[in-house]
Amino acid sequence: MPVVSTPVSLRHAAGPMDDAEVERIRNDFPILNQQVNGHPLVYLDSGATSQNPLSVIEAEQEFYEQRNSAVHRGAHTLAVAATEVYEQARETVAEFVNVRPEEIVWTSNATEALNLLAYAFSNASLGRGGAAAERFALKPGDEILVTEMEHHANLIPWQELAFRTGAALRYIPVDDDGTLRIEESERLISGRTKVLSFSHASNVLGTINPVDVLTAMARRHGALVVLDACQSVPHLPVDLEALDVDFAVFSGHKMLGPTGIGVLYGRSELLNALPPFLTGGSMITTVSMEKAEYLPAPQRFEAGTQRISQAMALDAAVNYLKETGMDRVHAWERELGQRLVEGLEQISGIRVLGPRAGVERIGLAAFDVDGVHSHDVGQFLDDQGIAVRVGHHCAQPLHRRLGLVSTTRASTYLYNTTADVDAFLDAVAGVRPFFGVQQ
Amino acid sequence: MSSDLQQLYQQIILEHAKARHGDGLALVPFGARLGESHQLNPTCGDEITLRAVLDGSTVEGISWEGQGCSISMASASVLTDLMAGLPDGQALKLVGEFREVMRSRGSIEADEEVLGDAAAFSGVARYPARVKCAMLAWVALEEAVQAANRTASG
Repeated sequence: MPVVSTPVSLRHAAGPMDDAEVERIRNDFPILNQQVNGHPLVYLDSGATSQNPLSVIEAEQEFYEQRNSAVHRGAHTLAVAATEVYEQARETVAEFVNVRPEEIVWTSNATEALNLLAYAFSNASLGRGGAAAERFALKPGDEILVTEMEHHANLIPWQELAFRTGAALRYIPVDDDGTLRIEESERLISGRTKVLSFSHASNVLGTINPVDVLTAMARRHGALVVLDACQSVPHLPVDLEALDVDFAVFSGHKMLGPTGIGVLYGRSELLNALPPFLTGGSMITTVSMEKAEYLPAPQRFEAGTQRISQAMALDAAVNYLKETGMDRVHAWERELGQRLVEGLEQISGIRVLGPRAGVERIGLAAFDVDGVHSHDVGQFLDDQGIAVRVGHHCAQPLHRRLGLVSTTRASTYLYNTTADVDAFLDAVAGVRPFFGVQQ
Repeated sequence: MSSDLQQLYQQIILEHAKARHGDGLALVPFGARLGESHQLNPTCGDEITLRAVLDGSTVEGISWEGQGCSISMASASVLTDLMAGLPDGQALKLVGEFREVMRSRGSIEADEEVLGDAAAFSGVARYPARVKCAMLAWVALEEAVQAANRTASG
């Protein structure tokens, strides 16, 4: 078993999280204990990249100190030790989202996972994978359905797939408050729809989309369902089997893990029928000079030397989340999310995107400051040690729909206190006076 | 807030960000030589379309439309005031000098005698992520002048 230190804050605490517990959790995150521009760092950009607990950092170090070698090949002891942690991580992640280990494919990140799918569908459209892969094939007349709130990662790979296959890309529009117009989706989905791909939780609006409603709709028309779970798996309990989606993607670096690793989940029978995307070593059974036979999933999608230290570190990250309890994390961030929105709505000249205070949202809020560009807002906050995201958050079409070019986003995680949110709100209240746009 | 921030957002910058001299694309007089350039900063979405009208080798006037942060908009406004009436060679030389200050990470102080109000942007050089904001209109002018001169020679 890997020698990985137990988080100092070992919790298993009953009841909801509170600021006292979060203060203990923060001790596990070395990076949070620093001054930025003369102020204690207030990190509110976890929606982009989350921070790592010591156990994650140590796991990656332990790999390089004790186990570094290639997996699934080599008869030596180190190769076995590397393979062991690599596959153990798959089991840990699979259990975390309630699926089987062979249904978890490692990728670089969620973006790559979505590209893998789109290119595998492309290959199927060219006839690769034979009759078994026909259900993934697209042709002119077919449709791919996404939503207007998608991150570019869940939009552009489908645009490109549409260009390559002649299929049409359609999208479910959003309301002014950012909710999906479900009644429109009934009209948009049909027997022509081959793929429905949508985000579980919006990285801009914070809304949680009704997976059950959308999935049922897709099932009625025989469309495959792809779930972008980047903003849900890190922040709420997610049971992919119960959600009954065909594919799902998420990224390690948004869930306390390292960069360089992400996940594609796919139902076994689908993954095993899907032609591979990246090809090469470690994903084959027999190879001749003319052709090759491929291993079953997940290996058929993991060509070449893999991200082994990252898998081991992601294992530690998932364990950290499990120990804290995802239902407790979700409840805490819901509280922080409401505190963010309630506070922002009190400040004059601020428009919060997505649901208003009191309505369900995850622990993030994107907002526009009247008369001040988001880049200036971000600069002003950074001067006080507060890290937020500015720009279009990789969702240009959504911003355009809401009549904006860019916004500022604060996103929380299990290591943020209510004091972090309050410090942020105090600072935001100073933005318009500083830039001289207060009435 | 810190003095660094006040150094970055000098009063003159905040005023220009609101006043926006040159904002609104001007109609081009008949027979005038025109150069136009569109610049986009994909990281933040800042955007500018800038027109330079040349008479002989003189930059007669600059007009632009765009959207972006206070640094990029103020920079376009300051540039409009600074460049009008200059010989094109001199205008391009000032762009070069401004660029040098911006890329210096704060080691080169702008010469107010030469760059006028644009010297107020010296503080931007210490924020590498913001240098592109300050440069946006200047790069556009450089391209617009070159485009106008190509029209002339072609």
